[in-house]
Amino acid sequence: MSNELDPHHWVKAHADYLYAYTRARISDEELARDLVQDTFLSALEKVSAFEGRSSERTWLTAILRNKIIDQYRKRSSGLKDADVKLAEDEQAEFFDADDGHWNQEPAPKHFGIDEYDPLHSKEFDHILMQCLKKLPALWMSVFTMKHLDEEPTDTICAELKLTASNYWVIIHRAKLNLRACLQKNWI
Amino acid sequence: MGLLSKITRNCNHATFLIEKKLIKPLSLRERIFLRIHLIGCDACRLYREQTIKISQMIKNLFNESVSASVTLDDEVKKEMQDRIEEKLNQN
Repeated sequence: MSNELDPHHWVKAHADYLYAYTRARISDEELARDLVQDTFLSALEKVSAFEGRSSERTWLTAILRNKIIDQYRKRSSGLKDADVKLAEDEQAEFFDADDGHWNQEPAPKHFGIDEYDPLHSKEFDHILMQCLKKLPALWMSVFTMKHLDEEPTDTICAELKLTASNYWVIIHRAKLNLRACLQKNWI
Repeated sequence: MGLLSKITRNCNHATFLIEKKLIKPLSLRERIFLRIHLIGCDACRLYREQTIKISQMIKNLFNESVSASVTLDDEVKKEMQDRIEEKLNQN
């Protein structure tokens, strides 16, 4: 099958797919819709550059992906956003300020996750989702690229303009917050 | 505070190294720190088990939500296609 573009059928053929792709990576419905619309309109401007080496859908998805990364990058440019600050303040309570030892209450304890098989059960997805929603948007971007798109660390750092040590710090903080939230809310 | 207690007490740094090790190999210095720390720290050993499970849970959750049926309203779609046609007619 030769790869040709047919803009008259783009929405019918690809809009739902592109929207689902976006919503998996951006939770805001309105923003997700705008990104899909933008993708179609910028694709029209690039029609002449399409060489038919990929399918129409793959080509549109690549354009969309760049727009999603732009959104992520906006989040990382305000590295000290209010939500990041808040999450960091919470983290300060995890460890003793002098020697870095766990404070008693937030220290890891045995809870339901220890007997839970994450590969074969979805029971606790809703708790995890609630806990993920509390994370700063930038941290979510990092998780999404890492776990959904399985991008290598170098790519994530380059695209979000993070240094490697920024990246480790973000992962550490995000995991500390998530684990504490799960321990608190697991039933 | 002696060197040893700097290592055995610092769970903040130990959990950082646990996360880093899941991403890339640690330096010799970091490996020694973590090994000594984990010998005496039940809480951080538990942290290590739990954080690995949490990564698996996140991965599963993300990949399931992709296949969940998220679709656009017909009205929104019509509007999208209209804007495409509009732009095609301009050129």
